[in-house]
Amino acid sequence: MEAAAAAAAAAAGGGCGSGPPPLLLSEGEQQCYSELFARCAGAAGGGPGSGPPEAARVAPGTATAAAGPVADLFRASQLPAETLHQITELCGAKRVGYFGPTQFYIALKLIAAAQSGLPVRIESIKCELPLPRFMMSKNDGEIRFGNPAELHGTKVQIPYLTTEKNSFKRMDDEDKQQETQSPTMSPLASPPSSPPHYQRVPLNHGYSKLRSSAEQMHPAPYEARQPLVQPEGSSSGGPGTKPLRHQASLIRSFSVERELQDNSSYPDEPWRITEEQREYYVNQFRSLQPDPSSFISGSVAKNFFTKSKLSIPELSYIWELSDADCDGALTLPEFCAAFHLIVARKNGYPLPEGLPPTLQPEYLQAAFPKPKWDCQLFDSYSESLPANQQPRDLNRMETSVKDMADLPVPTQDVTSDDKQALKSTINEALPKDVSEDPATPKDSNSLKARPRSRSYSSTSIEEAMKRGEDPPTPPPRPQKTHSRASSLDLNKVFQPSVPATKSGLLPPPPALPPRPCPSQSEQVSEAELLPQLSRAPSQAAESSPAKKDVPYSQPPSKPIRRKFRPENQATENQEPSTAASGPASAATMKPHPTVQKQSSKQKKAIQTAIRKNKEANAVLARLNSELQQQLKEVHQERIALENQLEQLRPVTVL
Amino acid sequence: MAVCIAVIAKENYPLYIRSTPTENKLKFHYMVHTSLDVVDEKISAMGKALVDQRELYLGLLYPTEDYKMFRKLHNSYTDVMCNPFYNPGDRIQSRAFDNMVTSMMIQVC
Repeated sequence: MEAAAAAAAAAAGGGCGSGPPPLLLSEGEQQCYSELFARCAGAAGGGPGSGPPEAARVAPGTATAAAGPVADLFRASQLPAETLHQITELCGAKRVGYFGPTQFYIALKLIAAAQSGLPVRIESIKCELPLPRFMMSKNDGEIRFGNPAELHGTKVQIPYLTTEKNSFKRMDDEDKQQETQSPTMSPLASPPSSPPHYQRVPLNHGYSKLRSSAEQMHPAPYEARQPLVQPEGSSSGGPGTKPLRHQASLIRSFSVERELQDNSSYPDEPWRITEEQREYYVNQFRSLQPDPSSFISGSVAKNFFTKSKLSIPELSYIWELSDADCDGALTLPEFCAAFHLIVARKNGYPLPEGLPPTLQPEYLQAAFPKPKWDCQLFDSYSESLPANQQPRDLNRMETSVKDMADLPVPTQDVTSDDKQALKSTINEALPKDVSEDPATPKDSNSLKARPRSRSYSSTSIEEAMKRGEDPPTPPPRPQKTHSRASSLDLNKVFQPSVPATKSGLLPPPPALPPRPCPSQSEQVSEAELLPQLSRAPSQAAESSPAKKDVPYSQPPSKPIRRKFRPENQATENQEPSTAASGPASAATMKPHPTVQKQSSKQKKAIQTAIRKNKEANAVLARLNSELQQQLKEVHQERIALENQLEQLRPVTVL
Repeated sequence: MAVCIAVIAKENYPLYIRSTPTENKLKFHYMVHTSLDVVDEKISAMGKALVDQRELYLGLLYPTEDYKMFRKLHNSYTDVMCNPFYNPGDRIQSRAFDNMVTSMMIQVC
C-alpha cells in the first residue's frame, strides 16, 4: 500500500493535466484517501495497492464507493449539510452519478478544504491542505462493508487513479464508461444491513435517492392505510383507486423534484417527511382531532396506530421515540413523526435508535408552518359553503351544496374570510375535481370542516374524489347503545352506510324526486332542491316546517324528519314508515313535469337514494334489535341484583 | 454502587430487573425478594398515607444521593407508563428505560 501510495503520488506529481487542474495529493493524503476509499468501497483486506501494474490494465470502471458509507463518512466530517452537498456536486459525483475514486478523492480534498475554512471550490484543493478529519469510529466504518466478495476491483483504484487524477476531462470520459458498470457495483458495495432501498444507488440520486425510497414508502402507506382506515371495506373501492392514481402522480412528481430537494438535514433521507406525506399525516391528525394545535390522547393514538398492524413492542418503541415530552399525548409534530416512523417501519426500515433530527418536533414545526395546509384542501371550500351562498350557486353547486347539507356543523366555523374565499373559488369548484387551489388560502376552519364533511358525504362524485385524495379514517361508529340519545341524528347513523355506497358513486343527486316515477322526477328542479338540501342537516330536529320553505306547490317531500331530503323522498316512496309519508307520497304523486334534461340523472339519484335508504333501514333495524336485546339483558341484571340484595340484606343487618 | 436495579410490580413479580454482570444474578434476585418483605412490613405498619410513603422510600434507600437515583428511575418509569402501548403488568421493554438504567448503573459503579 505504501509503495502504491508512493507510486501514485509520484505519478500524480508527474502527470500534468490538459484541462482542468490536476488533483495533486501529497503522499500522506494519498494514503489516507485511498484508505478511506477502500473502506467506503468495502475493499477486502488485501488492500487496493497490491497489484498496481496489472491492476491498472484491468477494466477501470469497477470501483465505486457506495453512497451509504460515503454519506456516513462525509457526515463524520462534521461539515454542514450544505457544504457536503456542494462538495458532492463539485467533485463530480452528482454529475456522473456515483462516487468513483476520482470523485471520492476530490470530495475528500474538498472536505479538507472546508474543514480548514476555505470556500468549497475546485481552486481550494490546489493548495496544501491538512488531511480531512472524520469523527466516525473505525469500527462503524468497517462494520458496514461486510461483503468480502465484492469489489475485488478496488485494487485497481489507486493505480487507476494515478492516471485518472491528472485531468478532470479525462475523468469525464472514463467516468462515462464507468457509469455503465457502476450500477452493478453499487448494490454490492452497499452495506448489507441496510434495507434494499439504500442499495440502488448511483449517487446521481445519492442522498436524494433515499428520498425516492421514502417516496416508495409513500404509496405503501396509502395502500396500507386503505385497509386500515376503512375497515368497512366496501367503500374503499372508489377512493382506493384514487390514492393509487395519486401515488403514481406523486412518484412522477417526486422523480422530477428529487434532484431539487433541499436537504438541509443531509443524510436523513428516509426520515424526512415530504410535503405529501406531511399533508397526509396532518389530515389523519385532523380526523382524529379536529384542532391541529392540540393533542391526540394516548388511547386515541393507540387505537389508530394499532391499525397499522405493527407489533405492540414496536409501536411502543415508536411511541417512545416520538412522544418527545413524554406526556402521553401527541401533538401534531409528534404525531407526524410517529406516523412517519410507522410508515418507515412498514416499509422495512429498521427503527432508529433515537429520533432522527428531521423528525424532531421543533424541526417539523419549523419546516412545515401551518398555513401551508390550508391551500391544499380547496375542496373544503365547497363543503363549508355557508348557507348564504346557496342562492348564488344553486345551479352549479348541486353536489357541493348537498355535501354541505351533510355537515352537521355546517358553517359555524367559517369566518367571513372563508366566505370571501369561497365565493371567489366557487367557479373553480365547479369541475368538482379534487384540485388544489393554492391561490386561496383557507384558514383552518375550513380544514376543520373538511374531515367532517368527508365523513358525512353523500353520494356525490365530488365527495368521492375528495375522499380519494387521502383515505380518511372512517368516522367513529355511532355507539349502538347511545345512538338513540334524544335526537337520533340519522345523519350520523348513515355515515357508515354512506362510505359503503360511495363506491357506487353517481352523478350528484341534486333533485331527488319524492317518487320513483321517472316522469315525476323532474318536478324537483335543482334550484329548489338545493335550499332544501342545505337545510337538511338543520332538520335534524325539524320536521315538516322546514319543508314549507320550499317554493313548491306540492311538497316534494313531506316532513323531512331528520333525513336527507333525497332519502326522505325515496324512503317515503318505499316505506310508508311514518304516517306522514303516506299522505305526502300521495301528494307527491302528482305529476309535475318541469325540466326533463336531468331525468336520467335523477333516476340514478333515486336509485342511489333507494339503496341508501335500504341500508339505513337495515342499520336501524339492527340497531333496534340490539337495543332490545340490551334492554332485556339490563332487565335481567337488574332482577339478579335485586335478588342478591334481598339475600344479603338479612346478613348485613347484623 | 448500584449493582442491581429492579422494578417490582404490586403483585410481587419483577417488571424489570437488571444487575451488573459481575455479581451473581441469583443472589441479587433473592435480595430483591427479601427487600420486598421489608417493604411489605413497612406498608402493613403504615398508619397515615402519604407521609409514610415518602418515609418509606427514603428509609429504604440511603438518603440524599440515592434519592436522586430513585427519582431518575421513577421518572423513567412514569415515562414508560405514559406510553399508551404499554400494558401495566407487562415487562418493561422500553429501550429508553434500559438506557437510563444502564447509565445509572454505570455512573455509580
